[in-house]
Amino acid sequence: MNRLSWFNAVSLTLGFAFLYIPMIILIVYSFNESKLVTVWAGFSTKWYGELIRNEAFLNAAWVTLKVAVFSSTLATILGTMAAYVLVRGGRFLGRTLFSGMIYAPLVMPEVITGLALLLLFIGIGLDRGVLTIVLAHTTFSMCYVSVVVSSRLVTFDRSLEEAALDLGCSPAESFRLVTLPIIAPAVISGWLLAFTLSLDDLVIASFTSGPSATTLPIKIFSAVRLGVSPEINALSTIMIAIVTMGVITASLVTKRAMVRQKQEEQAAVRA
Amino acid sequence: MNTSVFAPWDDPGEKPLIQFRNVTKRFGEFTAIDNLSLDIFEKEFFALLGPSGCGKTTMMRMLAGFETPTEGQIMLAGQDIDPIPPNKRAVNMMFQSYALFPHLSVWENIAFGLRRDSMPKHDLEERVEAMLRLTRLEQFARRKPHQISGGQRQRVALARSLAKAPKLLLLDEPLGALDKKLRQDTQFELMDIQEKTGTTFVIVTHDQEEAMTVASRVAVMDQGQLMQVATPDRIYETPNSVYVADFIGDVNIIRGRARQNGGDGYHIDWAEGQEALTAASDNGFDTGQSCHLAIRPEKVAITAERPSDAANAVQGKVHDIAYLGNLSTYYVELPNGIIIKAQTANTRRISRRSYTWEDPVWLSWTATAGVLLAN
Amino acid sequence: MRRAFLIAVPYLWLLALFLVPFVIVLKISLSDAAIARPPYMPQFDWAEGIWAFLRELDFENFIFLTEDDLYWKAYLSSVRIAVVSTLLTLIVGYPIAYAMGRAPEEWRPTLMMLVILPFWTSFLIRVYAWMGILSNEGVLNQFLLWTGIISAPLTILNTPTAVYIGIVYTYLPFMILPIYAALDRLDGSLIEAAEDLGCSRVQAFWLVTIPLSRPGIIAGCFLVMIPVIGEFVIPSLLGGSGTLMIGKVLWEEFFSNRDWPVASAVAVVLLLILVIPIVLFQRNQQKQAEAEQ
Repeated sequence: MNRLSWFNAVSLTLGFAFLYIPMIILIVYSFNESKLVTVWAGFSTKWYGELIRNEAFLNAAWVTLKVAVFSSTLATILGTMAAYVLVRGGRFLGRTLFSGMIYAPLVMPEVITGLALLLLFIGIGLDRGVLTIVLAHTTFSMCYVSVVVSSRLVTFDRSLEEAALDLGCSPAESFRLVTLPIIAPAVISGWLLAFTLSLDDLVIASFTSGPSATTLPIKIFSAVRLGVSPEINALSTIMIAIVTMGVITASLVTKRAMVRQKQEEQAAVRA
Repeated sequence: MNTSVFAPWDDPGEKPLIQFRNVTKRFGEFTAIDNLSLDIFEKEFFALLGPSGCGKTTMMRMLAGFETPTEGQIMLAGQDIDPIPPNKRAVNMMFQSYALFPHLSVWENIAFGLRRDSMPKHDLEERVEAMLRLTRLEQFARRKPHQISGGQRQRVALARSLAKAPKLLLLDEPLGALDKKLRQDTQFELMDIQEKTGTTFVIVTHDQEEAMTVASRVAVMDQGQLMQVATPDRIYETPNSVYVADFIGDVNIIRGRARQNGGDGYHIDWAEGQEALTAASDNGFDTGQSCHLAIRPEKVAITAERPSDAANAVQGKVHDIAYLGNLSTYYVELPNGIIIKAQTANTRRISRRSYTWEDPVWLSWTATAGVLLAN
Repeated sequence: MRRAFLIAVPYLWLLALFLVPFVIVLKISLSDAAIARPPYMPQFDWAEGIWAFLRELDFENFIFLTEDDLYWKAYLSSVRIAVVSTLLTLIVGYPIAYAMGRAPEEWRPTLMMLVILPFWTSFLIRVYAWMGILSNEGVLNQFLLWTGIISAPLTILNTPTAVYIGIVYTYLPFMILPIYAALDRLDGSLIEAAEDLGCSRVQAFWLVTIPLSRPGIIAGCFLVMIPVIGEFVIPSLLGGSGTLMIGKVLWEEFFSNRDWPVASAVAVVLLLILVIPIVLFQRNQQKQAEAEQ
């Protein structure tokens, strides 16, 4: 059980090779001198330089970032509220419909969500731009947030809240002082999830954006439709690097917190 | 000697069913089993008793085939079982967690092992029914493991491991998950089933009462070694070490130095200004050798006056009383600070208790009441 | 009062931005295309009332979907691609999940992170990475030519094969994670019990490990299959014109043909197709949640 059998070792090696080699190739070719992405012509960082000088990409990146920050923050607030209502709300009229609306967007094809939201925005005469993308992203990512947060709330020991009430907190104070600090990690990962979903989204943004607001995925998509380009490789490399650093930092932080908690528990046992 | 007494371990002509021959098992740096030899005979109900980490579970897993000895051999019916994989051994195991397959019904769980032997359908059904009857589970046959109680699960696990009629059944803490009352009932049921099927049982437990109740012989283990292997009464009455005496039941240990008294016993000098104690012993001691006198609390009498005929008598005052209902244990403090426990049966109502806190009392015991131990 | 506010805010948000849009899609799918802005008739007018609106409804967009074989072919092909690629993902993913479950305890968080990491990187980029690998002068063909396995480049990009590779690659974490979760919960003594009762390693795998990881397998399959049916990015980047998938048809109907009523009808039918697997998936999740209690 402690050592891997050769079969398991081979599965892991091949599996992770499959997951990572395409990205490694992508990164390697971003440093290619040649315009032809498939012919290696020596090391160069010139595509990164081109990227920085490309106004259109920079603008799109700025729009994307704005949308992601606003929508993920809104989605976290709404999603946490929704999760609290689902887990703690008890019975209320239309509860089934409510939980259905929370879970449905998770499996809904993006083309349908995008189309539906676009038709709504046109119907009410809302001009398409940053605002409409934010509304659209908030709607589908709040569902992801509420799933993440409610899975934490389900395992949450309710007597902690009751203890707070017993000790004189108002319900709002007990939420702010007891519940929120304990579910904070889930709320933070919910925000991160919403943020990445918003950064990644192509389809819904394509439907809901107007000429005034183009996001990075839309820009990338229209560029790669024409074929592979080293500039996109460079852009991808930067994005992969940011995500990798983020994920590694996050996992190190949680790991350190866990190790410290374990050490403290052991110290407490010894004392 | 009465021939109906079951004691194959005393018969030199009897062939053991299981033999551990100088078995050592190491996990990396850690030695779980240290050069251990042991014989277990057919139809025995053998208990491996010890604290967690003493190696008892490792012994069992080596018998089942989930671990292989680093050194030495394990023989089953005269055959080295090292090369035989677990699924080919005539040994079955009842797991501590029961390991019932959650996706199969009680009936299917019991039939699982029989199906592996491709037993004919008719015989298989009969065998499963017989096992259900044996463990009184007939009306639960169609249920899934999560739909029955803990005690019933325990019986399913037993029925499943007995279904293949193994030469040897291993039970890993079989009653650990049950509450106390149910555990006691189940102990007798286990003994009953063991007798009916005539299977050799090896049970691993950390509960000494359980081991004493069910087993024909008990092996007390510590740090990968056997401390003592004997029948429950011998383990209790004549432990061979302070460790065993202390592990099994309650005991007073008095340290001192032995001095031959001319007869078959020793005087023990144990405290300044106190009379020497007297103890009979089969173990030999040199004069001046340090020794430990182990006396069970129920063998220590407590009286108000000094008894005239006692071989050993010491005075002290009652420090504490533990009232257990049927018994009371008196913690008596001697002038030198040593506390000795004396246990009496509460045959009278508590309001008429003879002694209370701070009362001066005499403790006394006979020369044969205790055991004199070297270590 | 506070509770009512707490319920009302997310509830109204979802009603306004999730449910109402679907009602609009349904409505427009029952309208006529018109050269106007927005390009459909009739537009709902509260003044005229609901009856006037209902009188003008017709189902000709849905009838149109059945008449033009492009649509039902696209639906069929989407479902077929989804089923086949789900099976492929399962075949690739199960051994990885199994090996993760068997790996030493201290490796597991790292292995988990390695599976999740691609999930955080842009979907678009991961699909794009394969364009450079699978094209005629791509890395894979260069490698195969260099080793001498083939003498002329293979055409993989813009074929269904490329779509399958893309789907398996991007959806693999969705398959691995639920299966790994199920295997991780699996009590090791159950495997030992099976071996103790006479199973070989392989038998124990089929009789105990597979049945007990079934909820994970089912969850993984649905998590891959449901979104793949409506997939747009992968067929449009890797599939070329030869691969017909309904998500792409909807996109083109909307952006290229600007036929909003037909696009809406396509969406409604797609939704109806998805209802079955979504309901089955919810039931599986519910059963699993109950079993854990």
